[in-house]
Amino acid sequence: MDGLQRGSAAIVGVAESDLGAVASEMSPIDLMAQGVHRALADCGLGLRDVDGLLCATAQSRTSGLALAEYLGISPAFVDTTILGGSSFMFHVSHAQAALTLGLCKVAVIAYGSTQRTVGRRHASVREYNPYETRFRPFLPSTAYALAASRHMHRYGTTREQLAAVAVAAREWALLNPVAWEKKPLTIAEVLSARMISYPFTVRDCCLVTDGGGAVIMTTAERAASLKKAPVYVLGCGQAITHANISSMPDLTVTGALESGRAAYAMAGLAPKDIDVVELYDAFTINTILFLEDLGFCPKGEGGRFVADGRIAPKGSLPVNTNGGGLSYCHPGMYGLLLLIEATRQLRHECGARQVADCATAIAHGNGGVLSSQSTVILGTEAAV
Amino acid sequence: MLRRPSSTLASSARLPAATASNGLGTVYATTVVHPAREGGPYNVALIDCDEGFRLMSRVEGIAPEAVRIGMRVKFRVHRPGGDESPYPVFVPMEGA
Repeated sequence: MDGLQRGSAAIVGVAESDLGAVASEMSPIDLMAQGVHRALADCGLGLRDVDGLLCATAQSRTSGLALAEYLGISPAFVDTTILGGSSFMFHVSHAQAALTLGLCKVAVIAYGSTQRTVGRRHASVREYNPYETRFRPFLPSTAYALAASRHMHRYGTTREQLAAVAVAAREWALLNPVAWEKKPLTIAEVLSARMISYPFTVRDCCLVTDGGGAVIMTTAERAASLKKAPVYVLGCGQAITHANISSMPDLTVTGALESGRAAYAMAGLAPKDIDVVELYDAFTINTILFLEDLGFCPKGEGGRFVADGRIAPKGSLPVNTNGGGLSYCHPGMYGLLLLIEATRQLRHECGARQVADCATAIAHGNGGVLSSQSTVILGTEAAV
Repeated sequence: MLRRPSSTLASSARLPAATASNGLGTVYATTVVHPAREGGPYNVALIDCDEGFRLMSRVEGIAPEAVRIGMRVKFRVHRPGGDESPYPVFVPMEGA
């Protein structure tokens, strides 16, 4: 993004809250606070150091107030931008701007959701749209299914290729001890699962879990003296194209094209320079669309690109190494968990799923119904 | 339809304040929703009308899975009855 300097701020602490199905009395704010405490412990800072607070959840309209009260802090900088699951990538660029302008010195970005425990209908109430609601789209699935139908029509993408995305995610999830899904998955099982909104079966759709976490950011200067090796913000980019699927200009091209370009330009990097790829896989078509729009394969080739295990653990491009929203965890606004996984990969903390010799990672967030796209490129000291 | 009186587009050359459509269009994207509990599968589609605007609707009169992208369709008023106001659906054009 124009105005931000590559490497001027860094992620220094990360942590997931409890994930999956949390204790029944836990609130979204409990999970945020749990994530904040764990992430602070991860970097050796304390609550007294925190003077920037960024957070979002579908379950609290004023989560900034709720979390500040809960933590007992009065932060100088607060931002509760909420644009769906990509909100936290927007927060990274906002935190970087605030840190480099001196509006705060240590910023936390937090998320919490209990959508599995309370039910998705209660966690994220659908807004009435006079031009869509009466046709009973099963949202968000139907919106992404419409995008998939268009991609299949225009580029010959097949249901088997979509299923390959789910199978690759599952293979990664089996390497992640905290992933929700624990059993292997085949293409045939994806295709024969319960149909949701054609061409998606339930296995083309992300999980519905609880979860959350936190990310701690500070200036590059301060980051150098903390507990773990800093993971620098090299590039940020964002784009919003619509709110409702009937207003999306072209269902085969997402705002990731623009957000990716901006992030690569700021980072001075190209897709070939990226070692680890973390993409918001709310549905199997997402991974294909974002691989294309972020330049990892030509437009229209995403389906063929993911076939034959190329993005699976033994493939040539490591994508969604935690198991993704499809098989690891999806609390509704999953973007924060992509930033956590990208950071851990760059710190080489990922055990069986660790990508060897990685120095750069891309974490791409998606919100709404392909509506808001935000890309963050991260790198180790060696990449700055 | 798609009236947004406060939109800046409404006063620009890109979109007239109100467009009278002749009711003909083409299926741009289509899906079949399979409800988990009650009711059978039904179609949800995006229709590109010949005047250049797109709307969500459904194609009726054929099986929901038989709706194809590129299919020519024409407007029909659906009257749900009761207190619900009518809304636009589409049927395949004859011979299309």
